[in-house]
Amino acid sequence: MDFEYFTQLFFGGLTRGSIYALIALGYTMVYGIIELINFAHGEIYMIGAFTGLIVSTVLTMMGMPTLAVVVLAGMAAIIYSCAYGYTMEKIAYKPLRNAPRLSVLISAIGMSLFLQNYVLLAQTSDFLPFPSLVPEFEFWEPYSHILTSPELMILSTTVVVMILLTILIKFTRIGKAMRATSQDKMMAALLGINVDQVISATFVVGSATAAIGGVLIASHIGQINFYMGFIAGIKAFVAAVLGGIGSIPGAVLGALVLGWTESFFTGYISSDYEDVFAFIFLVVILIFRPSGILGRSQIQKV
Amino acid sequence: MKKRCKWLAVITVSLFTLAFVGSAIAGDTIKLGIAGAHSGDLASYGLPTVNAAKLVVKKINESGGVLGKQVELLIEDDVCKPEVAGNTATKLVSDGVNVVIGHICSGATKSALGIYKNSNIITISPSATSPDLTLSGEYPNFFRTIAHDAVQAQVQAKYALEVLKVKTVAILHDKGDYGKGQAELAQKYFTEAGVKVVLFEGVTPGAVDYSAIVTKVKSKKPELVIWGGYHPEASKIVTLMRKKKMKTTFMGGDGIKDDTFIKVGGQFTEGVYATGPRDISKNALAIQAKKEHQDAYGSDPGAFYDNAYSATLAILNAIQKAGSTDYAAVVKALQTEDVETPLGKIKFDTKGDATGIGFSVYKIEKGAFVEQK
Repeated sequence: MDFEYFTQLFFGGLTRGSIYALIALGYTMVYGIIELINFAHGEIYMIGAFTGLIVSTVLTMMGMPTLAVVVLAGMAAIIYSCAYGYTMEKIAYKPLRNAPRLSVLISAIGMSLFLQNYVLLAQTSDFLPFPSLVPEFEFWEPYSHILTSPELMILSTTVVVMILLTILIKFTRIGKAMRATSQDKMMAALLGINVDQVISATFVVGSATAAIGGVLIASHIGQINFYMGFIAGIKAFVAAVLGGIGSIPGAVLGALVLGWTESFFTGYISSDYEDVFAFIFLVVILIFRPSGILGRSQIQKV
Repeated sequence: MKKRCKWLAVITVSLFTLAFVGSAIAGDTIKLGIAGAHSGDLASYGLPTVNAAKLVVKKINESGGVLGKQVELLIEDDVCKPEVAGNTATKLVSDGVNVVIGHICSGATKSALGIYKNSNIITISPSATSPDLTLSGEYPNFFRTIAHDAVQAQVQAKYALEVLKVKTVAILHDKGDYGKGQAELAQKYFTEAGVKVVLFEGVTPGAVDYSAIVTKVKSKKPELVIWGGYHPEASKIVTLMRKKKMKTTFMGGDGIKDDTFIKVGGQFTEGVYATGPRDISKNALAIQAKKEHQDAYGSDPGAFYDNAYSATLAILNAIQKAGSTDYAAVVKALQTEDVETPLGKIKFDTKGDATGIGFSVYKIEKGAFVEQK
């Protein structure tokens, strides 16, 4: 088909992939450090969206300008989600640090169900309208048929977050500590790194990116409910595995590949089998590269 | 539980009484059979019909009956099961029933209809919605006072063709039983009406975003998008369409005719069409029927009450107009004589569906559903 259609699908997939990437980062970072698949991560994303909604509604009622609302609601969502991520690690995972990995996994699933039901009971089971926080940029008007302003916002935010995250991991003390802990927890501890603190920091950073994803996507599609974290979480998890779980560039690449796969499959073939195809693709990749696109194959010592 | 026991007792007693009285004064009454689920899981669908028939018949008997004869009710339970419904029908026929109000469930209705057909007994259901019962033409003795499942799609196709005058349509659905069913019916009726279906696809409910499918719809340039499914996905899709500057008309079924749809979708839902049950809350007869029920039973009427009330009125009116309970004469009267009921002024088409009931097209104007005439 024509080139414009291709471009639209390309950017649609890129936007979708960016959202997956923001969530997948949390999965992959946590896995990289404590080898835990944090199933409650999707719920952190959902809590971010809820906080964003509540704060932005209050601020809009107080008559704040749009830009202030966006920034403050985003900040509140990040802080709130980080607090949840931090607490979750302390309550559900830290006491099980030396337990078998399956126990921690069950704890994670329990946490996910707990948070879902908590929001269901404390907030509502209904779908809630989410305001379009991102205004229509005038300078973008000529291109808005290809990529809407909110989508542009999602893309640019993701790029900024990626850059910040790279700086954090490559060039800061805490980043260095994270890398050290991920390579060898015991050795890092012996060298005076506070491993518990590093793990907490990882959860906080992961939660922050998830919260940003939550607010962005909620404002893009215009509605949220307590269950929204589940599917997004699963997809992001798939993206993380696809890219090679534990690898940060891998998670981003995996997320983009998944986003494009879904978008192009829907666009050129059929949306009926979108998920089926996405997962077939996952299986095929894992057959040829069992540890993901950028994953290192680990030698298990027996 | 207590309440149900009471109901069962009432029904059992009335069954015995009627059976007794029935045999005593046979021939001097018009026998109206009431068949449906009166016990079991689905009793709440069947019992309101019994109440409706009792109230209507009581009123008519007090004012002299039909053709000078009293109307007598023969109430039989089919528990909504096709295998029981056959026996129920046989029982009613052997008791010499003249006409039957029932059955309640489509499956049970279908298995009973053959028996009534062989005995030339007119059957009028307040609730069986399976399209085939009337559309197949297999049961000329069958009538109903409820819109069948395909009516929404027919209403949509008709409105799109006659009012919106569209030539191309894209149909999306949520892959669920309800949504896909609606979408397939829409595809059938739009195709029959000569509208080109340029896209027919399902989307995954709850997906992170729908921009790919919206892009695809946009590239096919339909004049109308028909949605089969519920409101959460519909509001996501319509929001995205508007954000992508698409002005294409959007239309859904009763799954989106819900105020939550407007609340969630906000200004983006403006101008969206939805089909939904016709509003009868202002009909004087409906208000009166509801009041009669409250006076007699001290509670609000249940499911299909208005439909059953209307069915009873329609059939007794037809017998009155026909001057006898003769099959052909009553069928003719049902098809030609208008009757005022809680559902509005109705008569029946040649297939057996009531005309003037069912679904209307609503348009969202200034944040509310407005019925389109």
